[in-house]
Amino acid sequence: MVSRDLVIETKGLRKSFPGVLANDQIDIDIRRGEVHAIVGENGAGKSTLMKMLCGLYQPDAGEIFLNGEKIELSDPGKAIKLGIGMVHQHFMLIPRFSVTENIILGAENSNRGVLNFKKAHAEVEELCKRYEFDLNPKELVADLSVGEQQRVEILKVLYRGAEVIIMDEPTAVLVPQEVDELFKNLKLLVEAGKTVIFISHKLDEVLEISDRITVLRRGQKIGTVNKEDTNKKHLAEMMVGRPVLFTVEKGEADVEGTVLEINDLHYSENGQAILNGVNFEVKAGEIYGIAGVEGNGQTELVETIVGLRKPASGSVKLLGKDITGKEVVDIRKEGIGFVPEDRHKRGLVLPMTVAENSILGKHNSKDLKKSLLLDYKKIEALTKQYITDYDIRVSSPQVEIGNLSGGNQQKVILAREFSGEPNLIIAAQPTRGLDVGAIEFVRKELVKARDAGKAVLLISADLEEVMAMSDRIGVIYNGRITSEFLPEEVDHQQLGHYMLGSEKEGAAK
Amino acid sequence: MLNELFSPDMMASAIRLTIPILLAALGAIYSERSGVVNIGLEGMMVVGAFWAAWGSFNYGPVVGILFGITAGMVLASIHALVTVTFKVNQIVSGVALNVLAAGISRFSSLSIFGMATTSPHVSGLPKMTIKPLAEISWLKPLVTEFSILIPISFILVGVTVWVLKYTTFGLRLRAAGENPEAADTLGINVFKMRYAGIIISGAFAGLAGAYLSIEHTGMYVEGMTQGKGYIALAAMIFGNWSAIGAMFAALLFGFAEAISLRRITTLVPYQFIKIIPYLLTIIVVSGFVKKSDPPAKVGTNYERGEG
Repeated sequence: MVSRDLVIETKGLRKSFPGVLANDQIDIDIRRGEVHAIVGENGAGKSTLMKMLCGLYQPDAGEIFLNGEKIELSDPGKAIKLGIGMVHQHFMLIPRFSVTENIILGAENSNRGVLNFKKAHAEVEELCKRYEFDLNPKELVADLSVGEQQRVEILKVLYRGAEVIIMDEPTAVLVPQEVDELFKNLKLLVEAGKTVIFISHKLDEVLEISDRITVLRRGQKIGTVNKEDTNKKHLAEMMVGRPVLFTVEKGEADVEGTVLEINDLHYSENGQAILNGVNFEVKAGEIYGIAGVEGNGQTELVETIVGLRKPASGSVKLLGKDITGKEVVDIRKEGIGFVPEDRHKRGLVLPMTVAENSILGKHNSKDLKKSLLLDYKKIEALTKQYITDYDIRVSSPQVEIGNLSGGNQQKVILAREFSGEPNLIIAAQPTRGLDVGAIEFVRKELVKARDAGKAVLLISADLEEVMAMSDRIGVIYNGRITSEFLPEEVDHQQLGHYMLGSEKEGAAK
Repeated sequence: MLNELFSPDMMASAIRLTIPILLAALGAIYSERSGVVNIGLEGMMVVGAFWAAWGSFNYGPVVGILFGITAGMVLASIHALVTVTFKVNQIVSGVALNVLAAGISRFSSLSIFGMATTSPHVSGLPKMTIKPLAEISWLKPLVTEFSILIPISFILVGVTVWVLKYTTFGLRLRAAGENPEAADTLGINVFKMRYAGIIISGAFAGLAGAYLSIEHTGMYVEGMTQGKGYIALAAMIFGNWSAIGAMFAALLFGFAEAISLRRITTLVPYQFIKIIPYLLTIIVVSGFVKKSDPPAKVGTNYERGEG
């Protein structure tokens, strides 16, 4: 009935959540020993599909076949038993456990409930050797780098005898060098006869590693193509449903005087130094991009500039005026627009309406008040203005903002922060979690602000974004800007190298 | 004065007073490591103390102890049902159980013994004496006429260390408290582990209560736990969620209490001496002593989410 080289086949899979049809009539076929990529925008249904394949979700309709036999995956344990293992995007690890403890957890080899650690360590070591994973079984996971943690995740599914390994956006958290390492490991796995399903929306990587690619859009399968028969442009068009611009169109920077000046900024938390003397400046009319592996002080740097954290020493100057350690309210008054990295935590109050969110931080402005009370008519008028100017897709200003998509939520923040003529715009991870269309919009707005002569500070974990957007790039490592570049001076690999701690000769401040 | 403070009598008294705190703290480790705060320890000790006295009164001390343990487990099962299954806030549930335990014990005492606040005198387990050591004078108070539950409690410290570190059950229990989502994806039943952790803690607290009534006092007295459940929780925190750490912390609290029970001739009014164990508790719990390192997900109820 089914050809023998197919490992997994699905027929008419469907899954809906309240209000959304996440997967509809999905037929895919995965061949043994291939790397099969599943690509699509956010919300295209990639994760839902994979969660059905690993038993976390049960399909509403449709069938799944493994080696030609129909299977029911009632829970993840069942999927693992059948040889389907998933490596989650957000690692499912226990930092306080050792590598071995994490790997054997749930699949322990024990003698009447007593663990045999000697044997377990040996087994893990053996697996590491076979697939060339560089790990120490006895080390605590808390002490591992992100790339190493991912290897532990892969070992977890291998230890359980997985034949099919599903990887959910595995490269999202890695620097380029770690991606190379991962791809090397994946190739070894495939050579050993395993099958890899690789979920991603990074088309360059998909084209590098996969044999075949299935594209999903809005819960439906658009098609499956061989790597040889496609290219980036073609795939993107399949994903989005229209041609997409990959490059950010921007002219020469028209740079003027310094707007933001950071001098020897130090910050520590719980006795741990997080910022170790940050120095840089951002001029009017330029985008200054900060590249770095997450957790090197980006969050703290931004929050120190806007006043959410108080620095231990050093200074922050805005247009020559010292704003170090001032209250957030006073700093905002100096003209800073701030797009926070976590829009749900710092940017918006989700249970409040679009209108209310649009005036957060401006609620004391005289224009929006009638004596002591808020003037809701004016607020509504202002919000409607934002909705047209920023193309926010919402039926009325009175809708709860939590009901909007990520892209539209971000547009509300942009509208709020960009209006009122800020001198400096700080955009932290401004496109995180947005789909291709919204990303395009946010990037265009940032370029527009820069062309209007504002200073833009961009912090992004997305290397592509930093390279494409910035007029100058600073690499942050261990709480310091270790090197500065012009975007045309470096490529990804080199930048990745600096992000891992190398310093540009002579250029480090 | 120092002689008095570190006299063999004082040490023996300190160890006797350590045991209920130590047992309850060991229990708390199982519960907390599985991810559930058990502030209901106090109540579990109270019902343990009462039903142990009742059991001993009717059927002798061994049955009494089993009754005490069972009573603690029953109350703990309610805590498990309410927090794990119905996902009620763990502190609220625990406090409610403490109130419930006090009420039940008073009601039962009145209807069974005809006295609201005390039981008749009940017998304990035979006392132990280590003869050869008892001849050394400074060791004598420590090794004569002591409850068999004292060595058992210290053995249970080792058992707890071993169970948590070297058994499948311990590994899974800790996983449920550190990252329940991860445990769930690996096919571990988080709910079952948490039920187990809470019910074991109830057994330990019940045993602690039984020790108090039939071994230490020889009767049940209302309010005899004197907040030892809370102190045990503090001891566990001070001991950084480890059995060995909890043991040393419990010894410290036991010693503090032994001091507070003696009217040492000092310049300080004895009321101040009396507050030492409680003051110590506050200092410890407010994190004065050192940074604590609790299980990552302790206190949060686990829900399997979709979407």
